[in-house]
Amino acid sequence: MGDKYLSTSELPFCKGCGHHLVARNTEKALEAIGLNPLDVILVTDIGCHGIIDRKFHTHTVHGLHGRSVALAAGITLGLNNPSKKVIVYIGDGGATIGLQHLIEAAHRNFDMTVIIHNNMLYGMTGGQASGLTPCGFKTTTSPEGKPYSGYDLCRKANNVGASYARRIIGTGDYSGHLAEAFETEGFSLLEVMEICPSYGVKFNPDRKLTEIIEQADLKVKLYSNQIRKRYQVHLRDNPISLFKEKNEIEIEFHSELKDTFSLILSGSAGGGVQLATELFAQAAIASGLDVSKKGNYPVTVGTGFSSSDIIVSPDPILFTGVKDPDVVIIVSKDGLEHCRAVIERMKNGLLIIDENIDTPITGAEVLKHDFHGIAGARSAALYALFFYLHRNPVIPVDALVSALGKSGISDKVDLDMLLNFKIE
Amino acid sequence: MILANGSMLIIEALAKAGGDIFIGYPITPANSLYQYGIQRFPMSLAAPDEITTLQWMAGFSATGKLPVTATSFPGLALMIESINMAYMMELPMVIALVQRFGPSTGTATCGAQGDLLLINGLISGGYPVPTFCISSMDDCWDISASAASAAVELRTPVFLLTSKEMVMPLRGYDISSLSEIDPVSYSYHDDDRKYVPYEPGNNLVPGFLPVGNEKHQTRLTASTHDRNGILQHTTKEALANTTRLQGKILKNLPEFTFHELDEEDADTVIVSFGITSPAARRAVRTLRKNGVSVSHLIAKTLFPVPSLYIDTIRNYRRVVVAEENQNGQFRQILFGVSGREGVTGVNTIGRMITPEEIIEEVTGDGR
Repeated sequence: MGDKYLSTSELPFCKGCGHHLVARNTEKALEAIGLNPLDVILVTDIGCHGIIDRKFHTHTVHGLHGRSVALAAGITLGLNNPSKKVIVYIGDGGATIGLQHLIEAAHRNFDMTVIIHNNMLYGMTGGQASGLTPCGFKTTTSPEGKPYSGYDLCRKANNVGASYARRIIGTGDYSGHLAEAFETEGFSLLEVMEICPSYGVKFNPDRKLTEIIEQADLKVKLYSNQIRKRYQVHLRDNPISLFKEKNEIEIEFHSELKDTFSLILSGSAGGGVQLATELFAQAAIASGLDVSKKGNYPVTVGTGFSSSDIIVSPDPILFTGVKDPDVVIIVSKDGLEHCRAVIERMKNGLLIIDENIDTPITGAEVLKHDFHGIAGARSAALYALFFYLHRNPVIPVDALVSALGKSGISDKVDLDMLLNFKIE
Repeated sequence: MILANGSMLIIEALAKAGGDIFIGYPITPANSLYQYGIQRFPMSLAAPDEITTLQWMAGFSATGKLPVTATSFPGLALMIESINMAYMMELPMVIALVQRFGPSTGTATCGAQGDLLLINGLISGGYPVPTFCISSMDDCWDISASAASAAVELRTPVFLLTSKEMVMPLRGYDISSLSEIDPVSYSYHDDDRKYVPYEPGNNLVPGFLPVGNEKHQTRLTASTHDRNGILQHTTKEALANTTRLQGKILKNLPEFTFHELDEEDADTVIVSFGITSPAARRAVRTLRKNGVSVSHLIAKTLFPVPSLYIDTIRNYRRVVVAEENQNGQFRQILFGVSGREGVTGVNTIGRMITPEEIIEEVTGDGR
């Protein structure tokens, strides 16, 4: 071997550690495939294996404990180039921490080869048991032997769709298997079984690696699925500006409004409160006013209250909070509960409330109307806005009618009903 | 005129500024940024969680793509280790942080400005992450674009700091007056000299070359490393490299210092940022109408704190810092825990600060 992929100098591992062989066999496999070192990106995890990056002449990325597979996923997706080879070196400890990343990469078939240096314990951080430590194996945290089994990662990866997952004993020349994995499209996994010469041998002096693997029922073999296409991120050739989908609003109406005006409309989820107030906001813009519209609703958007704060003003609106609204419109009990504190605080202004709801304590003038009975649950909010504008056209009724007409929902509502007020 | 929210402007600006990919996991109140980001960018990826988000972003960034995400405190908490990694590797990315009311999961649908102390100390060792704060709909456009430039030009993750009430409300907005945004350009190391991944350039920023390029070896390392990206304990060169991480940002900060200073011959200055700025603007207008002289500093580059702010506020007997948190975090950062005489705050939790509260603080005696 020359100095093409791996520095010929000494490797930084303990005598007898299988990590030496992973590096040497990687070099041999790359040589066999004939990849240019700069077409290879080696991503290393935290652990003894991770200090090898300085010896490689490939691109190298040395990240965090357990996260290297996710980091490599970003790299391989970013490169999106099957002629590049992304290789991940990770230990059994890192694999335990980043199990979700591994499963995700195998399942989505990210184009990479992950080589797990499985010496059955966390070597760098003190020899404790990992999720891959087999039952009975002694470590610093399981001096009597680990009381439960470890994960069979090859089987797991195979279960979620990895094209290629192979367990090998980390002795001798296994570069052929590495080359095979490197040349597999999509995700490939190699689990190299090793025994740590420091902790593993110290705690389990009379056990052989092959016997440990056999007792743990870890099969030394290839687990294969049908080769699938590597995962690619869809690239939009011409991403569409977000402004494109927004209707330019022309000023076609005139409002007589002299001061800032604020309104809260509050009802129940599914009652069209957000849509009604959005139409109101569009109508306000079309009337030459500045507007702010805020929706409030619980995290469960399909149930409970749905409320909206609207401010309209002939001058630019700076502060968008509504502490003392001029008008509160309540179209359901949920809406009332959400706004009760505000309503009780009102010393003046107007409360418009559905006549089927008990009037709360308030200093505001109260108007009641049968919104639900006349318009139904879905249209009560919009109907209530028309009801208010009919009494006090802060924006022209026609502006709201026009916004409704442009909204694409006008055929779902009965405009005659919305505009038909028999107010004494 | 269109009806739009701040999220739409932010995402459109970041996409125009050269954001290549939006990666994220949805969280209230950053959801609209997420939804717009997923549909607007040339590429998008829905990640299963925030740790994965940041790692995928770092990977994309290593290949020369500019990634963007949006989150709120609970997501940020998961990202912190990975942000430190990207900071150490010097990988450009934009993290929009929409603050919400904490602690912990707090109230998802309630705004706040409670993450300043965290962001200011997010990097172990206290190294600054450039943090830009949005105080108006216009800023959603301009400051977002500047954040993208800062990330690429300084080779660093940056924060675009905002809060619920800045990105969610729908506003009437005139998009015809928006300035053009040019996409950021990466300056790649492009001579035949050996590429040294962490060799400081003229402005202390190392030249960039993506992993996978066929000309030079690129090394990226999250641990303490020398100029070659080789892990070191505490060699002189490695320490100098770590020191440079702060140096490069401080050195180039003047170029990325954004603020508004509305000064009068007054003895009081109001300091606001983000969601308190619109209220403070209103307060200033009302105060002046009533014959009260007052100045107003709107901080848009929050961290590292530009010395210009310190020099400005030093000239005022009274400084009123308006921020939506309990403990006056920006005030603490500006004046230390001991503060100084004449410095007071207007603080709320669980609701926006009103213009009236700022007026009251200014016209009061400042205790």
